[in-house]
Amino acid sequence: MTDVLLEFKDLGKNFGGVRALDGFDMQVKRGEIIGLIGPNGSGKTTSFNLMTGIYAPSQGEVHFDGADITGMSARKVYEAGIARTFQRSRLCLPLSIYDNIMIGNHARLNTGLWFNLFQRRALREQIEEFYTQARDLVAGFSTDLADRMFEPVGSLPMIERRRIEICRALISEPKLLLLDEPSAGMTHDETAQMMDDILAVRERMGDLSIIIIEHEMGVIERLCDQCVVLSYGRKICEGSYAHIAADSEVQSAYLGMD
Amino acid sequence: MQNKTNSDVRWMGMPALAVGLIVIVAIALFGWQFLLAESELAVLGMVALAAMAGVTLGKTGLQASMSAAMRGHARSMNIAILLALVSVIFLLGQEHFPLLMLTTTLLYMTVAFGLNVQFGLTGMVNFAGASFFGVGAYTAAVLTNHGAVPPLLILVAGGVLSALIGCLLIVPVVRTAGHYSAVVTIAFSVMFKTFLEVNDVLGGPQGLMVGPMKTFGWDFNSSPVFLGLEMSFYVNYALLGAGLAALAFMFVQRLERSWIGLTLDSVRLDETASACFGLNVVRAKVLAFTFGNVLVGVAGALYGMMISFIAPNSFSFSDSLLMVAIVLLGGMGSLWGTALAAVIVVILPEKLQIIQEYRFLLFSVVVILVLLFRPEGLIPRKVRSYFPNWRPE
Ligand SMILES: Nc1ncnc2c1ncn2[C@@H]1O[C@H](COP(=O)(O)OP(=O)(O)OP(=O)(O)O)[C@@H](O)[C@H]1O
Ligand SMILES: [Mg+2]
Repeated sequence: MTDVLLEFKDLGKNFGGVRALDGFDMQVKRGEIIGLIGPNGSGKTTSFNLMTGIYAPSQGEVHFDGADITGMSARKVYEAGIARTFQRSRLCLPLSIYDNIMIGNHARLNTGLWFNLFQRRALREQIEEFYTQARDLVAGFSTDLADRMFEPVGSLPMIERRRIEICRALISEPKLLLLDEPSAGMTHDETAQMMDDILAVRERMGDLSIIIIEHEMGVIERLCDQCVVLSYGRKICEGSYAHIAADSEVQSAYLGMD
Repeated sequence: MQNKTNSDVRWMGMPALAVGLIVIVAIALFGWQFLLAESELAVLGMVALAAMAGVTLGKTGLQASMSAAMRGHARSMNIAILLALVSVIFLLGQEHFPLLMLTTTLLYMTVAFGLNVQFGLTGMVNFAGASFFGVGAYTAAVLTNHGAVPPLLILVAGGVLSALIGCLLIVPVVRTAGHYSAVVTIAFSVMFKTFLEVNDVLGGPQGLMVGPMKTFGWDFNSSPVFLGLEMSFYVNYALLGAGLAALAFMFVQRLERSWIGLTLDSVRLDETASACFGLNVVRAKVLAFTFGNVLVGVAGALYGMMISFIAPNSFSFSDSLLMVAIVLLGGMGSLWGTALAAVIVVILPEKLQIIQEYRFLLFSVVVILVLLFRPEGLIPRKVRSYFPNWRPE
């Protein structure tokens, strides 16, 4: 088993005339936290969408855990062990916290018609078993939240929703977690809490790899082992935070945008 | 959220179950008298009374007691409701027309439970409810006229055929995004009626006779005798209709309270995110559509046997719209809401001639008002509880 969990080779995506991503090479090692940064519209979310089967790449390959997953359907990618959150939170707002987390647990749910309609006792055991797991997972973020598992997600503030989205991704015990701007819409304090949460997750799940897209440089600096910088769909720099922060091309990309 | 346990919820000092049983008896008595009421004035008075009772009692905490009873004593309450319904059927005993109305309501309710799985849970609107109902009825007509298929099997056949045709329609388009189910079902609804009208084997515009329901040697079109009284033959159909509606309710409720219900909700709310968590969106949609259509088709087959004569006009696009209106009015995904709305949409126009003529217009206005001011419907659906009163500790 090699150290490399994920590898992009010459990955590219065109939307009509827009070249959203162009010749992107990247590697993620097991247990590593990678920061993916770049100005608005530089292709960060697109790279997540290419990996998770939402779009098929126009060129290049994605390898994950020893297998070629290029162009695989979203379902297959999830089964291979990649789970994600979305830039604009995509929880099911009318459903309870428990229900939302169980959606992330789909691979383990028995969705057979006969089982669900007529084997109610066995179903109940499964529901209770997963409840314990989900509750423990949520309690790792907030014990208060763990007491409210049957409240609709729509009634919760943004930070709690982000936490539930992360729990929904983690319940399936993925090998790679993709976080798309987890601090978006949060206050300074909430962002600090969110970083603690992520570090705690990493503590608990040692070999989980994480790619995190962020605009808050403070977050990147504190969390990430390696950083990759995109600009206009191309990788312009990679390395430690100190390295990319000192890079003149990175500075001009950001200044040019601002 | 629910700090009070069920036994704490009291109304005028009474425990929840007692309140629940009293309410059921009251509704049954009211329903019995309402079905018998003849003068429009009496009907209007009773409607006003029911509306007032509904509104004021919600505010006096009666509603809390009711839902506590439904949660804490689910089985007793369900049995009580079924017994009350059977009692009303026997109380109506010799009254042909009210029994016909009641049975039609129960069959429409079954249809609406099916549409609720498709629309309320999965978000696939079916504008051909009446057509699939018609598929069931015509299946019954053909099978009772030819050959010796046991009628109970004919009900099943109606459901299966409705589901098969539904699959043929929906499977080719289910992968495309957008309002495909609306488009294909509208097209089917229009074509189905024309197809019947030009098809001589199926009786053309004049329609077809349907043979009666028979089980275990009992002909449903003969009058049963109960306590020495000869009853309307509709009592047979009403009892079977009640059984069917109860069964449909139970199946849909179990479906909603399961991993499948969760899957359907997830597909309705966000297809892309669903796929990112391994949900098979196509399977979920096909399953929901098939499940709903089976209920619609079975109800249609029994309906055909009951009215014993069917014609294309009974299965028009406007009837399909009424069926969708039941779901919207009752509340997306809400079974009790659907049941209540079916009663309102089927019985009111029969009772009030003024409404009868303008019922499509009236219900369109009502649906718009509901969507504007109470989008969750008359009885909003609650957050899923997988088992009644289930809160693990
Ligand atoms: N579905 C799409 N159709 C057309 N163009 C798209 C689509 N998705 C993304 N793009 C374009 O691709 C480019 C990269 O978008 P992407 O969302 O990946 O940027 P990003 O780096 O995530 O930006 P942000 O920081 O604003 O989230 C943009 O120019 C965007 O307009
Ligand atoms: Mg983005």
